[in-house]
Amino acid sequence: MAAVDADKYAALSVESADVRPQETAWQRVRRNLSVRIGGAVLVLLLAIAALAPWLGTVDPTMFDAGSRDLAPGVRGEMLTLEGEVIQHKFHFGSDSLGRDIYSRVIYGTRVSLFVGVVAALVSLLIGVFCGLTAGYLRWVDGILMRVMDGIMAIPAILIAIALVAMWRASLVTVIIAIAIPEIPRVARLVRSLVLTIREEPYVEAAISLGTPTWKIMLGHILPNTIAPLVVMGTFIAASAILIEAILSFLGVGLPPDIPTWGNIMAEGRIAFVQFPHNIFIPGIFLTITVLAVNILGDGLRDTLDPKMAKRI
Amino acid sequence: MLATIPVLVIVAVLVFLLLRITPGDPAAILAGDAASTEQIEGIRKTLGLDQPLPVQFGIWALQMVQGDLGESYYYKVRVTELIAQRIEATFSLALVTIVVAVLISVPLGVIAAWRFGGWFDRFLMGFSVFGFSVPVFIVGYLLVWLVSLKLGWLPVQGYKRIDAGLWPWIQHLVLPAITLSVIYIALIARVTRASVLEALGEDYIRTARAKGLPESRVLIKHALANAAVPIVTVIGIGIALLIGGVVVTESVYAIPGLGRLTVDAVLARDFPTIQGLILFFSLIYVGVNLLVDLSYVVFDPRIRY
Repeated sequence: MAAVDADKYAALSVESADVRPQETAWQRVRRNLSVRIGGAVLVLLLAIAALAPWLGTVDPTMFDAGSRDLAPGVRGEMLTLEGEVIQHKFHFGSDSLGRDIYSRVIYGTRVSLFVGVVAALVSLLIGVFCGLTAGYLRWVDGILMRVMDGIMAIPAILIAIALVAMWRASLVTVIIAIAIPEIPRVARLVRSLVLTIREEPYVEAAISLGTPTWKIMLGHILPNTIAPLVVMGTFIAASAILIEAILSFLGVGLPPDIPTWGNIMAEGRIAFVQFPHNIFIPGIFLTITVLAVNILGDGLRDTLDPKMAKRI
Repeated sequence: MLATIPVLVIVAVLVFLLLRITPGDPAAILAGDAASTEQIEGIRKTLGLDQPLPVQFGIWALQMVQGDLGESYYYKVRVTELIAQRIEATFSLALVTIVVAVLISVPLGVIAAWRFGGWFDRFLMGFSVFGFSVPVFIVGYLLVWLVSLKLGWLPVQGYKRIDAGLWPWIQHLVLPAITLSVIYIALIARVTRASVLEALGEDYIRTARAKGLPESRVLIKHALANAAVPIVTVIGIGIALLIGGVVVTESVYAIPGLGRLTVDAVLARDFPTIQGLILFFSLIYVGVNLLVDLSYVVFDPRIRY
């Protein structure tokens, strides 16, 4: 019994020592270990994405029938679009069409990060709009939140799959299909924050000064929702990257010629028994990326949104 | 609890609108790429697509309520029949997964809360972040590669119906269930830890310890029993993750269940089947969560409906 209590108080004192009164939120964030680790890995991945053409890659869509199913590290030839034959070392081997897996994995970083960030932004944008409206204009609230409940009752992957099937897959449709199931979560969060914030004295003061509603929403309420939204956006980005990979892996995502980790793995299923690395290498990249985003999110939650951190 | 019905109505409207808000002619989309003009015309008639939207919804909803999910354009059978054929595999997989996940995650969560801040707690929290981040199919292929291909202990893929014998059934389900349970274990263990931790701070725990109860009894009868409501809640909410995972896991292990059917239906652009499956899965999800709500009475006698 004493041991448990001591642990608890120790934890409490660590926590209180951790909060330095003069510190700004940004300084607290930068000091957090999770933020540092997750952030560092993401910076590295961003660098890989940005520098993809200069990392010894070839055009990821280029294939050569003579270099099919090569093991990692084997040298082979590639016929470029200009009709030139070049020598190329296949660091991660080649797939059943003779494409360089290393180049495809490196270029795949771009797609994953892009989908994650844009899907998070899209769902935040629409979710904030819905949440602000529902929280501030009471007559919209009932209908809008019931629709949100309905969307939440359908498992996210099913919505994404159905929408992609309906619209046919492209980068835009995949991003929107992934963003839509996340909107209710954002809307709920924003709505509940608005309902608390609108009772604050400064909002009351603004109302009594005759400030127009839209100005109160954007100038007084929205800024106070930013910290929890940054945290939520990070977690949405992580799950968006995962869902994009799942869609591509199932063959219902981005067109197969676009180098995404999911597509590489989908292709790798054909020769999995001989070449398991065709699935494992992009899988490791995918796991590290999602892990980094989630760890960053954990760190941001602990530092920016202590109330949410307490809940789970 | 009563909110279940409005939610189901909204889900039905959303699934109905899914096809109608799509740019293009819904009849042409439903008929598929190879359909003739007469076929498209026929579909337009049977669906009443020349009627106004609310009337269309009325006709469609009436069919749904009667348990008629329409006919698959790809398999040429009733969607309900397709679901009936394949539900056993999915149900077995989900059931074994839930049992495995709960049996593993709840004790882990309790121990982590008991030794809050210790190495085990930190390990479990690390594992749970990892569990949320690693894609289901990576776990699946890793297990297939290691256990089936390298060690040769279990069959690589496929499914055996339970009437083929209990042992083959379990043999084919072990790997898929472990694969599917990773994310579920991460979720339940995290919530178990948090809610047991909260219960451990209560006065009745101090009382229980003061009167000299063994620690195991304090943890199970006093802490875990009082932490049960959030745990069952998250098991219910996690069904959404489980359904998503089923779609992927069945593809990896070539299990002929509802998840595999969903992917096949999407690849064949078989819209009645897609609609039917989404409705069916949502119904299961909402239904399970209704049961979870009702079960609160058992876990917390203070709750009355």
